[in-house]
Amino acid sequence: MPKITSAEQLKSHQQKAKQELDNYPVMVSLCHGTACCAIGAREVAAAFEKELAAKQSVKFIKSGCHGFCEVGPLVVVRPIGVVYQRVKPSDVPEIVERSVRKGEIIDRLLYRPGDNGKVYAKEDEIPFYAKQSKVVLAQNSHIDPFSIDDYLASGGYSALAKALFEMTPDGVLKEVMDAKLRGRGGGGFEAGWKWKFCKEAHPDLPHHIVCNADEGDPGAFMDESILEGNPHSVIEGMIIGAIAVGGADGFIYIRNEYPLALRTFHHALKQAREYGFLGENILGSGMSFDIKISRGGGAFICGESSALFRSLEGKVGEPRAKYIHSVERGYHDEPTNLNNVETWANVPQIINRGAAWFTSLGTPDSPGTKVFSLVGKIENTGLIEVPMGITLREIIFDIGGGIKGGRAFKAVQTGGPSGGCLPESCLDLPVDFDKLTEAGSMMGSGGMIVMDDQTCVVDVARYFIDFLIEESCGKCLPCREGLRQMSVILHRICDGKGLPDDVDDLEKLGRTIIDCSLCALGGSAPNPVLSTIKHFRDEYLAHINEKKCPGGICTALIEYFIVADLCNGCSTCEKVCPSDAIHPVVGQKREKGELRIIDTAKCVKCGACIEVCPTDAIIRK
Amino acid sequence: MQAVLTSTPVRTEMEKEIEALLADYDKTPEDLIMVLQDIQGKYNWLPREALEYVSRRLDVPLAQIYHIGTFYKAFSLEPRGKHILHLCMGTACHVRGAMRIAEEYERQFGLKLGKTSKDGMITFERVNCLGACAIGPIIVVDGEYKGDMTVNRANAIIKRLRREDAGEADDA
Repeated sequence: MPKITSAEQLKSHQQKAKQELDNYPVMVSLCHGTACCAIGAREVAAAFEKELAAKQSVKFIKSGCHGFCEVGPLVVVRPIGVVYQRVKPSDVPEIVERSVRKGEIIDRLLYRPGDNGKVYAKEDEIPFYAKQSKVVLAQNSHIDPFSIDDYLASGGYSALAKALFEMTPDGVLKEVMDAKLRGRGGGGFEAGWKWKFCKEAHPDLPHHIVCNADEGDPGAFMDESILEGNPHSVIEGMIIGAIAVGGADGFIYIRNEYPLALRTFHHALKQAREYGFLGENILGSGMSFDIKISRGGGAFICGESSALFRSLEGKVGEPRAKYIHSVERGYHDEPTNLNNVETWANVPQIINRGAAWFTSLGTPDSPGTKVFSLVGKIENTGLIEVPMGITLREIIFDIGGGIKGGRAFKAVQTGGPSGGCLPESCLDLPVDFDKLTEAGSMMGSGGMIVMDDQTCVVDVARYFIDFLIEESCGKCLPCREGLRQMSVILHRICDGKGLPDDVDDLEKLGRTIIDCSLCALGGSAPNPVLSTIKHFRDEYLAHINEKKCPGGICTALIEYFIVADLCNGCSTCEKVCPSDAIHPVVGQKREKGELRIIDTAKCVKCGACIEVCPTDAIIRK
Repeated sequence: MQAVLTSTPVRTEMEKEIEALLADYDKTPEDLIMVLQDIQGKYNWLPREALEYVSRRLDVPLAQIYHIGTFYKAFSLEPRGKHILHLCMGTACHVRGAMRIAEEYERQFGLKLGKTSKDGMITFERVNCLGACAIGPIIVVDGEYKGDMTVNRANAIIKRLRREDAGEADDA
């Protein structure tokens, strides 16, 4: 492939790529994201490749995440636009024979939520997709992430050509400032202002462009899915950023726990260089810029800007005080502009469609869309993109389909370990950067963990504090020691040894840590505890005063019981019990055998019996 | 100084292997973390001999390499087991009961998070989110993702690994 050296050449190449795609009468898109691959998408792909080997007229792509992970592996057949769920390799011959060849719809593979008889065939009919508005994820199921031609066919790199040949660097900067694009990594700082400060800092020093793909929040996989599904959108955004800021070189810091994202991005960079979008004299404009991948070492703190730069330099990722701004002194103490994956992926869209279009989405202070990973005790787990300002209720109940198994909602956790838990009363809050912060949580990078009545908020708070103890770099005392003390108290409460003053002490400790910590990790670490105390103080008090865990989670405070009326005597529980704690009650006949009873003195509370009971006769309380 | 470094003699088999890994890099101190990741990927841990060689080649003090090796979770300074099990402990997996699996592994099989079993067969580690929350809790067995884990299914994994290894031992 000879390099593309002008805007005209780019245009003709895009048209050629589009023509080639349009020549295929049928396209099959298989979700090949991390979650679908873990449940068999690779085997399904192999089956498709075998079946379609002789069919030149079918375009088969292994795409990035389609979003609806709950019912994967997912297959979309276009142009009929039918979605097949939970596809197995054995379904593939029938899909090829009937849907690909004849354009028929195979009823048994369609999405059927619940037992209400509703069946959905098309993407835009499925409630999970209907309320979303996709900008960043729009192309995910349409392009092969390993093919730069697919990205070009969808108009890819047009924004780059526009920024290079039709706009000045200041014009590009102004467009992003006017769009009020706020950082999607969690901080919510306006990207345009950051770019401006970086551009104006130290004109004598080289400026660096960095993409933060160290998505460390547990329960969040937005950035992973963008990198796996549409890597060129991030590359294009970064080059445009380099034009505006005057960037000399670029880096992307990807966590090593994302092998597929790493492989995809590595390949995309190679292709972008071959086509002349990266390297010397980009598109014949005279501009030079390239991007280097740096793999993270598995430290949550490296998502913090100053720690990330130290790690890029090959050092230990310890943050420094915030009065030194990374836009002025970042990587190697030179001006550095750091944005998160999703922020970068929005940039080409803003340049293509204009700031006015972008601000027409979302709310006035938080324009645009936001990608969330909707996980936990939710019916429809997956990746969603919604306009800012949508309510939590719409996200959880309309898109997410409500709580798994129809149980009661207890809380939703946003913002990862820096965020907080919001109760039922906050469900009608519009989701934007400011409203969530006011409610005691935060937007964060977009993890949304839904919890039902069988979740213990004290346990969740303890989980986050223990996570942060592991992840604290140990440089400043409030974070290093303060979190340990909070953990001691939380463990005590969960073990049924809580003291009357513990809740007040947690609040005092938490406020001190927030006020005195060096970086944002410590400065937000107590949030999961403080927000659960604020909204669920009763649960803390139940643990301390009544020695009860209302969620039925804290092992020391619960016992397992068999409900005599529900047990059918099948003895499955007895077989899996590792501690011989389940016995038959002689003379108590049930449908399939004798009633079983749990010897609480022997029970180790592992929960193996609950998992296998066919009649849900075993309870924790 | 550079001339001295590039002429560092390659003496042992391991040094030869490390030299091959270094071919992809500029050999600056900046490459340290990624070089260590490659070493970890090759040997499953960071042997001291390898670190001493890297120290000479990249011109980084050994103490600083140990600083990195202990700071980042990806690295292990002890040999790891024949099988590596990762239990995802992301928030979504946590609320779906990952902790109960960890407790049961310790109780039934003596497997502690972050440790290698006494017979050197299984290393059991936690990972903070693999980004496949829809199928949590997840265990990764030697790189293969196993989703929708329950205590029973998780126990079956260990039993199967032990059985297979016992079979291999018999064959030998």
